Amino acid sequence: MTAQELPISGDADVVRVRQAVRAAAVEAKLSLVDQTKLVTAASELARNTLTYGGGGGALVEQVQNGLRKGVKAVFHDKGPGIADVAQALTDGFTSGSGMGLGLGGARRLVDEFAIDTAPGDGTTVTVVKWAR
Amino acid sequence: MERLPILKIGQMLLVSIQVDLRDDMVVALQEDLADRIVETGARGVVIDITALDIVDSFTGRMLATMAALSRVLDADTVVVGMRPAVAITLVELGLSLDGIKTALDVERGMRLLSLAGGTAR
Ligand SMILES: Nc1ncnc2c1ncn2[C@@H]1O[C@H](COP(=O)(O)OP(=O)(O)O)[C@@H](O)[C@H]1O
Ligand SMILES: [Mg+2]
Repeated sequence: MTAQELPISGDADVVRVRQAVRAAAVEAKLSLVDQTKLVTAASELARNTLTYGGGGGALVEQVQNGLRKGVKAVFHDKGPGIADVAQALTDGFTSGSGMGLGLGGARRLVDEFAIDTAPGDGTTVTVVKWAR
Repeated sequence: MERLPILKIGQMLLVSIQVDLRDDMVVALQEDLADRIVETGARGVVIDITALDIVDSFTGRMLATMAALSRVLDADTVVVGMRPAVAITLVELGLSLDGIKTALDVERGMRLLSLAGGTAR
């Protein structure tokens, strides 16, 4: 599978990102539980891109490490960025009307998790889940 | 916008989610469900999520809100058909569905509601 770039500018796009991540996870032969975890994390992150980032995109691709296959998803926006990342990752913290579980929950659900953000400079969240 | 159908079966309402849920559909469902409970005097609501391949924090909160809302309107809610992989993921996400009744399938969900007195008003 080649890398796939998907726009995130509305609710329907969040659904499409979930579907693309699911397809990549099936292709990488992730277990059903791992597929579900990755797609759930992707749903949280895509919604954040839309709600807080003011829209952006997701890059979904298969990755390989030796014989191990995985799926990487990068969520990016040019929104306001996050001033206090530790606070944003804290369960229950929301600056909007969410449950504050998206970022922290997504981090727990994947194998690799990175946030690149600065106030006024947008936000990029990268996650990877490997087949076991 | 596509709205989710709410079926009346006896004294109960059945919401069977068969499509990939968009957030705007979830919000609309909450409103529709409240209206239908009042309109029909239903005492029980069964929400069938068998077809849902994920439940994230948005959908999870919607389920909790619908359960709370129906309680206020004197109806009981049961969520049925949660897939095992979804249940495992929900726990790790940090979402507890405390206070939400669950059952394995629609039939058992309906039985649970009628045992709880959901059929007579
Ligand atoms: N892409 C983003 N751009 C700006 N802020 C963000 C972004 N993603 C998350 N945040 C901030 O982090 C907080 C926590 O996010 P999250 O854990 O998903 O909870 P929720 O979505 O329920 O608010 C958000 O309320 C928001 O302040
Ligand atoms: Mg969120």
